[in-house]
Amino acid sequence: MQTLSSPMGWPRRIAAFVLVIATPLAFSPRIAGAQVATAPARVRSEADVEFMAGMIPHHAQAVLIAGWASSHGARRDVAVLCERIVVGQRDEIALMQRWLRDRGEAVPATDATHHKMKMNGMVHDMLMPGMLNAEQLAALDKSRGADFDRLFLEAMIGHHAGAVAMVNDLLGATNAGNDDVVYRFASDVFADQTTEIERMQQMLATVPPSSRP
Amino acid sequence: MASVPNLRQLASSVLTAALFVTTLYASACASQGSAAAGAGPAPAVNMSTTAPSPDPRVGLKAGTLAKLPADTTRRMISTPAAEASWNMRLVKNVLPTGPFVGVTHSDLAFRGNYVVQGNYDGYEIFDISNPRDPKLFHQEVCRGSQSDVSVYGNLIFVSGEAPSGRLDCGLAGIPDSVSKDRFRGIRIFDATDLKHPKYIQSVQTCRGSHTHTVVEDLNDKANVYIYVSGSAGVRSATELPGCSDLDPSMDPNSELFKIEIIQVPLANPMAAHVVTKAPILSDLARAPQNAGRSASDSADRAAQAAARGGRAGGRGAAAPAAGGRGGRGAVPANRGPVQCHDITAYPASGFAGGACGGYGVLLDIRDVAHPVRLYAAADSNMSFWHSATFSNDGTKVLFSDEWGGGSAPRCRVTDHYEWGADALFNIVNKKTLAFTSYFKMPAAQTSAENCVAHNGSLVPIPGRDVMIQAWYQGGVSLFDWTDNAHPKEIAFMDRGPTDTASAGAGGGSWSVYWYNGYMYSSEIARGLDVFELLPSGFISQNEIDAAKTVTFDYLNVQGQQKLVWPASFALSRSYVDQLERSKGYSADKLASIRAELSAAEKLSGQARKDALAKLSTQLHGDARGSSDAPKAHTLASAIGDLAK
Repeated sequence: MQTLSSPMGWPRRIAAFVLVIATPLAFSPRIAGAQVATAPARVRSEADVEFMAGMIPHHAQAVLIAGWASSHGARRDVAVLCERIVVGQRDEIALMQRWLRDRGEAVPATDATHHKMKMNGMVHDMLMPGMLNAEQLAALDKSRGADFDRLFLEAMIGHHAGAVAMVNDLLGATNAGNDDVVYRFASDVFADQTTEIERMQQMLATVPPSSRP
Repeated sequence: MASVPNLRQLASSVLTAALFVTTLYASACASQGSAAAGAGPAPAVNMSTTAPSPDPRVGLKAGTLAKLPADTTRRMISTPAAEASWNMRLVKNVLPTGPFVGVTHSDLAFRGNYVVQGNYDGYEIFDISNPRDPKLFHQEVCRGSQSDVSVYGNLIFVSGEAPSGRLDCGLAGIPDSVSKDRFRGIRIFDATDLKHPKYIQSVQTCRGSHTHTVVEDLNDKANVYIYVSGSAGVRSATELPGCSDLDPSMDPNSELFKIEIIQVPLANPMAAHVVTKAPILSDLARAPQNAGRSASDSADRAAQAAARGGRAGGRGAAAPAAGGRGGRGAVPANRGPVQCHDITAYPASGFAGGACGGYGVLLDIRDVAHPVRLYAAADSNMSFWHSATFSNDGTKVLFSDEWGGGSAPRCRVTDHYEWGADALFNIVNKKTLAFTSYFKMPAAQTSAENCVAHNGSLVPIPGRDVMIQAWYQGGVSLFDWTDNAHPKEIAFMDRGPTDTASAGAGGGSWSVYWYNGYMYSSEIARGLDVFELLPSGFISQNEIDAAKTVTFDYLNVQGQQKLVWPASFALSRSYVDQLERSKGYSADKLASIRAELSAAEKLSGQARKDALAKLSTQLHGDARGSSDAPKAHTLASAIGDLAK
């Protein structure tokens, strides 16, 4: 098997995971005629944890603004899309929280507004890619009817594109996506949100132009 | 074959007892544990055509999972959940063993008396010579989710998509984002000796392979083809030269909007290679939405009209949104899906059904290496088109919607019936799709149960479209879609949650397929299940016996094979039973046909043939007087075939 012999210089957390991979394979005598290796532990990397933790505030904001559909007079098909986003992403937040909790990691709240990113020993409050800042949120919250539809679709297309970018970043990172749950979830986010972007673009093409100049 | 007792005579006596038995069976199995589920006596026959109420699937007691001592990231079944079934029965469960405990189990393929079951760490082979007691035959460790498996001749094909897959099959994953060790694509094993499959070739593809479809070319016996589908992005050209995700207008060799097709020369499978990249998703205009079925559609059309009216010289409804609108330059162009999740090919009909992002696509595959898109359907209720199943006569198709990817609970009482369901279509004029209805496993599940439409297959009940389908932790559901405007569930089996906190860890049936008389289910957490169909008010013993006469040497469900029923008394009696259901003949007439069939069966040689030929001729004549003339002719022809 491959041995990862020099974890020196890597962040401590990654090094710990690598030690798990490097555990020698045990052999099971259960199958006559074939010695079968026992799979080593699923590894999770720093990138996996950051992805799962960072996607919670990202999803939480989607759930928040999609929840405005009825109070802000969204048209019917936009409201249906919003309901799907609320249901889908709320379930996914629960999945991410459970994954982090099961692994003893910090678990962001269901309504988290920022990702707490650790850099150089400092914790930074960050907006993940595609998230609306406070000013954009306020503008969307003020809009009604067709203005809401347009602003919402524009915002959510960007928001989804941000999630897709997060998946691409994850899969480009060291040791990422080796965990089955993370890989499958990231693939689902990629597939679902890519499909929804396309659907929202079709809707956006039918929203009347802004009444304002 | 021995004559079959007339089950209707039993019906009244067991009807009231049947629901009780169903419930009793459920509670007994909960205490025995799933591995022992087949040990009990066969439940009595339930001839009712009323679904049990309350639905015994609702509120099934959860099981528990325990961490593996050797690897605490994995879970094993600790306490089995309660079970409930109706008109079918779990005859055997084989829990995962050895390296595959706690690993996600995926798809199934069949060859002779063996079933191949994929999992995220490899695949295993069971001997199903005795379907009531499958024996583990071989385990092959070779990581690369999701290990969608197919067979052809002596070959086994395995899909790999995850970036952790290695050319050497190792389990260590790959730390680097670009690596010469990474494998994503189709692995080919020579399984001439099923006990010792040899890994002979890796066909690397740019997006890897989430699923694949083995397609036979009816005009080319020297090769078999593989349609590669996926849901991941294109990898770097640094890792696999030539890979590109540029817009095809900038790079004609781009992967986007195409499926990769691998040609496997059967005389030399090591020479397998990507032979074409078929642009089946190029130039996809906005697909027609199904009319008249959801309020959102009419609102959508009204809004389109308003938008057109309100914008002098404005764009048509099908025009793509401007990429730079709203100042977000990163928005991809509105060009539709760039790949398919899964494709079901049905070479005998000349069609394939592609489930591609937000679209269901009908393909002409008569030139296997160059499939052509005939039609693309979209649907406001379908989120992520997942897979397709054709009716045996190739006039209908069913697409499933795996909204949420199978990790999420989509069958709660609050979840819409039309979401995460199947959408059913007629194939009109061999080129377009016309929506008829939705079907969803109807029992409410808990939030601890990942549940959405997933893989299934036809069940060869003659003259009807019957399908068994997996719904993850929603269990397996058998339904009749002969009348595809009114699909109806007619049997099910379900378990409670693997654990009350396990929706993320997963479980449930990934796929369930009929093969040579039994239904085999790949249970993500619980291994391999084998089910048998029980006679009921919906399916007679004759129909089950006729279904068992359809046998395959091998089966990849996504390479759909035509079901052909050899002549048999069970087949003829199935049509008699169906004429009884449709009231195509009077009770007296049916009794007389049954008596004549039994009398003929007691004869032999020429005397039997003469009796059957006479009955066939007579019934062709009688068919005109039947209120179900087509079925009456089918019966007469089936009896005529028996006379040959």
